[in-house]
Amino acid sequence: MEGNIAELGQYIGAGLACIGMGGAGIGVGTVAGNFLSGALRNPAAAGAQTATLFIGIAFAEALGIFSFLVALLLMFAV
Amino acid sequence: MATEEAGNGFNIHPMDQFEITNLFGGGPIHWYSFTNATLWMGLAIVAVILLLVVGTRKRATVPSRSQSIAELMYGFVYTMIEDVAGKEGLKFFPYIFTLFIFVLISNFLGLLPMSFTTTSHIAVTACLAMAVFLTVTALGFYKNGAKFLGLFWVSSAPLALRPILAVIELISYFVRPVSHSIRLAGNVMAGHAVIKVFAGFAGALGIWAALPIVSITAVYGLEVLVAGIQAYVFTILTCVYLNDALHPSH
Amino acid sequence: MADTSHGAAAGAESAPGMPQLDFSTFPNQIFWLVVTLVVLYLILSRIALPRIASVLAERQGAIQRDLDKAEEMKRAAVDAENAYNKALADARQQANEIVAETKAEIQKDLDKAIAKADAEIAAKAAESETAIAAIRDSATKSVQTVANTTAADIVKSVMPGAGDAKTIKAAVAAIMKG
Repeated sequence: MEGNIAELGQYIGAGLACIGMGGAGIGVGTVAGNFLSGALRNPAAAGAQTATLFIGIAFAEALGIFSFLVALLLMFAV
Repeated sequence: MATEEAGNGFNIHPMDQFEITNLFGGGPIHWYSFTNATLWMGLAIVAVILLLVVGTRKRATVPSRSQSIAELMYGFVYTMIEDVAGKEGLKFFPYIFTLFIFVLISNFLGLLPMSFTTTSHIAVTACLAMAVFLTVTALGFYKNGAKFLGLFWVSSAPLALRPILAVIELISYFVRPVSHSIRLAGNVMAGHAVIKVFAGFAGALGIWAALPIVSITAVYGLEVLVAGIQAYVFTILTCVYLNDALHPSH
Repeated sequence: MADTSHGAAAGAESAPGMPQLDFSTFPNQIFWLVVTLVVLYLILSRIALPRIASVLAERQGAIQRDLDKAEEMKRAAVDAENAYNKALADARQQANEIVAETKAEIQKDLDKAIAKADAEIAAKAAESETAIAAIRDSATKSVQTVANTTAADIVKSVMPGAGDAKTIKAAVAAIMKG
């Protein structure tokens, strides 16, 4: 094992940042699952709400992308 | 510092694919240099011309395959704007369609092996998002005057909460271009980087390379989906912001 | 991406590891992006979108026309059906009339023929009757003559000179009548 302590910190930090992606996964799953359960209750209204579904997924996913970005920054840019 | 250079066979450079290089004779990159970004943006224009101009030149009542795709995209964006931003939003149809087609075609072109993905760069997506943000803000003030500020004053909330909500709304309004741009660039970048990492595994694993190759195939399929969905999301968020500018009643 | 560009990347150790954050390339990207977007916008708003819009409008028009035509044809078909039904009813009525007329005519002919036959039969019967009457008359006359002769002979043989021929004749006639 060689290398400096700063590099160690970078890698640990990048790994920790990836936990945020799990949160995004939970968020996207919640959005999609609730949409599906709602859509199965009232399939007639589901089609019109697809846009809302994607907007919700996009907002939830953006935060995961942010954490991914932080991980990338720690790995490559700091 | 960038990648692990230890001698265990792994030699992965997931970010190298996003490098911008001078295509003609190296040297520093000036604003006018012809880089690989320039090349792939030009190819995007060529693809758009092939699809939307050459593909529709027959003006057939019973459309050919390319004309069907063109009409499908036209109807897709048209109904999206109409549904989300209302009839008034249709004035901005060419503008939004330009953004949509550029993002979509760039995403798909970026999925070709050895290609360069222009939408994976923050500079590009930030420009697109800022263009939307500035247009929408200017339009909001032009159409509604000071009433546009009502967007931040949530009149349906209790009075005590309104200032706090106003601060939150203000922050979320200015975060919009950031999330708008980073969502697109991050999604595209993440997918490509993941594929690259798996490709690096495949290079190191010898006979077991079949495993990462199968994974690459799966991720590639996901990436095709993401390429389309991110173009859709970018466009629909543009429509949502446009709707806020046109009808700022909160 | 192990192509030619990699050598340069390895040398640029001072540059950030993320090409996205290499600010020296931003002016280049932004410039070409703006050029691309303007070109795309011009192509789309001048050529592609109006063309697609006109094609779609034309198709909408064609579909509307076809629908109208179909509606018209449907109406024509309904009209034709009505006319057909009417013609059928008319024909049926006419046929009934013709049947009745024919029946009446046949009845008339039949009646006439029956009447004629009746008349013929009556005439024949009358003729026969006359013939029978004539035959009977002649027979009666013969019988009378025979009776007269016989009576005269009998009277002559039983009591000659008892009666003359005139008395005998009257007596025979009286008996025969009687």
